[in-house]
Amino acid sequence: MYSFEPTDEQKMLIDAVNRYALNDLRRKAHEADEGYGFPQEIIDKGWQLGVLQGSIPETYGGFGEHSALTGVLAAEEMSYGDLAGTLAVLTPALFALPILACGSEEQKKTYLPPIAEGGWQPYTAACIEPFFDFDLLEMRTIAEKKNGHYVLRGEKIYVPFANEARQFLVYANLEGRTQGFIVDPNTPGLIVGERQKTLGVNALPIYKVSLEDVIVPAERRLGGVNGCDLNPVFDLMRLAMAAMAVGVSRAAFEYSRDYAKEREVFGVKVAQKQAIAFMLAEMATEIEAIRLLTWEAAWMVDKKREEASKQAYLAHIGAVDMAMMVTDRAVQILGGHGYIREHPVELWMRNGRGFAMLTGLGII
Amino acid sequence: MIEFEMPKPIAQQRYVLQTIAENMMRPVSRYFDEHEHEIPWDYINFMHMAMRATGAGSMAPSSEKKEGAETEEKKEKRPPIGYQMLAFMLEMLSWGDVGIYLCTPGGGLGAAAVEAAGTPEQKQKFLARFSEEKPVFAAMAMTEPHCGSDTSAIRTTAVLDRNTNEWVLNGEKIFVTAGHKALVESNGFVVVWATIDPSAGRAGIRSFVVEAGTPGVKVTKLEHKMGIRASDTASIVLQDARVPFENLLGSPEIQPDTSKGFKGAMATFDATRPLVAATGVGVARATLELVKELLAKQGIQIRYGLPRSKLTNIEREIIDMEVMLRSAWLLVLKAVWMADNRKPNPLEASMAKLRAGDIVTKITQRAVELMGPIGYSRDYLLEKWFRDAKITDIYEGTGQINRLVVARNILGYSGRELR
Repeated sequence: MYSFEPTDEQKMLIDAVNRYALNDLRRKAHEADEGYGFPQEIIDKGWQLGVLQGSIPETYGGFGEHSALTGVLAAEEMSYGDLAGTLAVLTPALFALPILACGSEEQKKTYLPPIAEGGWQPYTAACIEPFFDFDLLEMRTIAEKKNGHYVLRGEKIYVPFANEARQFLVYANLEGRTQGFIVDPNTPGLIVGERQKTLGVNALPIYKVSLEDVIVPAERRLGGVNGCDLNPVFDLMRLAMAAMAVGVSRAAFEYSRDYAKEREVFGVKVAQKQAIAFMLAEMATEIEAIRLLTWEAAWMVDKKREEASKQAYLAHIGAVDMAMMVTDRAVQILGGHGYIREHPVELWMRNGRGFAMLTGLGII
Repeated sequence: MIEFEMPKPIAQQRYVLQTIAENMMRPVSRYFDEHEHEIPWDYINFMHMAMRATGAGSMAPSSEKKEGAETEEKKEKRPPIGYQMLAFMLEMLSWGDVGIYLCTPGGGLGAAAVEAAGTPEQKQKFLARFSEEKPVFAAMAMTEPHCGSDTSAIRTTAVLDRNTNEWVLNGEKIFVTAGHKALVESNGFVVVWATIDPSAGRAGIRSFVVEAGTPGVKVTKLEHKMGIRASDTASIVLQDARVPFENLLGSPEIQPDTSKGFKGAMATFDATRPLVAATGVGVARATLELVKELLAKQGIQIRYGLPRSKLTNIEREIIDMEVMLRSAWLLVLKAVWMADNRKPNPLEASMAKLRAGDIVTKITQRAVELMGPIGYSRDYLLEKWFRDAKITDIYEGTGQINRLVVARNILGYSGRELR
């Protein structure tokens, strides 16, 4: 059967996340962007919505089952408030969800309960690398097996909260295959560099992390001694980006739509000009199209369909273009005012460019 | 619950339709493209037989039938999927050949109009013919030589002759899809849009069922077109054409301050636009599949999962096409799902239509370019689909009209506020 109606439970979650997104994230987004961070109490409040905790089963300290579809709905709604804030609130998921998806039983029992049962804590992951052709499937950070343990070597960037991390999940290339390694922050050779500044998501504290012959015990390989297939994790990363792209785009669309209905030009509202109205119509159509693509991909991931990975990839690719198109137009519709930082659209446009290269910074 | 599981009846129907598309449409696709105005009777007779056998009458999902089958439905507690079935059907048949699909007997847009605006008696009277022995066609006559999208400017008049209680229609209609088959080749009808009060503007517009054989109705011309050549596009002249009073769909009363009658007629589009969008998606899918097949022949497989910087140009193009195709289809699916569940869907219907029109033209245009001399050659159907595709962006509301509808909906503007 086809249906486009979220469950009552999902609707309640969306409602709660929406209130937080508007009342907390959106309200503070400008300040956080300029001041390079959200106050901790805002992040804690977002954590209390239980988006991650609700994805972790009771056995591991959570209160629900993982659902990519529910995750997609929540991620869209939260990033409708602010992208950097969403990534900050969900940073512990970067560590927890891959363990939930691929970890050994022992890893799940060790690492998940302290995350799910506690308050927001900076568990994080080091994924992205400083190369234009960075590829999840072909990383330049190398893992080598030596004397019964692993040695990691490479450069990572965009590692959220690395300066205060409780644990890292580090992705590295082991004999041509991307694998995950759980790395204690105090391990010799793991060097957290300076905080990085980027085009957007300034409110998310991200750092360089160098791995100089970092020794990781064999049992800290994600999935245990034989490792695991990380493709399902990458699917969840792509879906997160796609969903957040939809959220940010929706914010930009609605803001520019409302502005266009207020702003007078030649004796009418600027929205009454077809040049503007048609732009808005295309933005709305594009957002809805990619939202549905993301929903379907998430549904396929949950149902473990064969095409799920391809579909998640397509949703992400589509979302990348959609977000740029929509956020660019939002700025355009506000004209000169769109370029002024007092309006949020320029921030959304800067964030809108990020969805291709931030894969690995979000997961649902 | 959000779900994307294809219902079994749709999967079964789809399988059958694919066989028809592959065996009865594709092999004659080129022939009917090159022999404009010849009628694909083999396909028509087969489809008519098949539809009679399965109890499908007109192409529009009949609310009457649903009520009749209510007991069964209640027992199984299945949500209605009539429009979804139809969207899948049109997508697959258009994947076969959209020109030939447009020759499918049954109601087409004409029956859809009767379904949307007719009384139970009218439905009974006009739709029964589709399940008779011979194939029957119906059409919608809206466009006039001086006006297309601006239907409120219609000049064809309908005047009530109180002595005989008949409407007397005068005017000229053009671009009537299947108009020839409806009026000349079968015992069908055309739904003609006319004004019953030229001074009332939109409020005066009504639709009338004009049956084959009505004196004063003449097919005067068959157009020569860029694509969908298997489908006839007729000009119809109405000269003192008389139809019974009860052939008016909806109410004859004019409420000057509202455009209720007009709006009622426009509601037809909420049902038909996603369906036309589905036909565009079918052409786009055919194109993309053939392009991938031709690439595979030259040893090129598309690699998914790579960052864009690592993709070849061809891969990037194909992946973009897949995004366009699937997301447009999902918009169609949502719009027909809403129609099935009786949720108002003018916004979604127009979104689906405008997106489908966009993507099918883009995909077919890029495909011809990507495939180079092969794409441009008549040895393959790509150049034909390029021509067939364009109409999706034009009929049943141009891309621009649908943008206008979407814009009015999202802005909460009336036609006066956003012209």
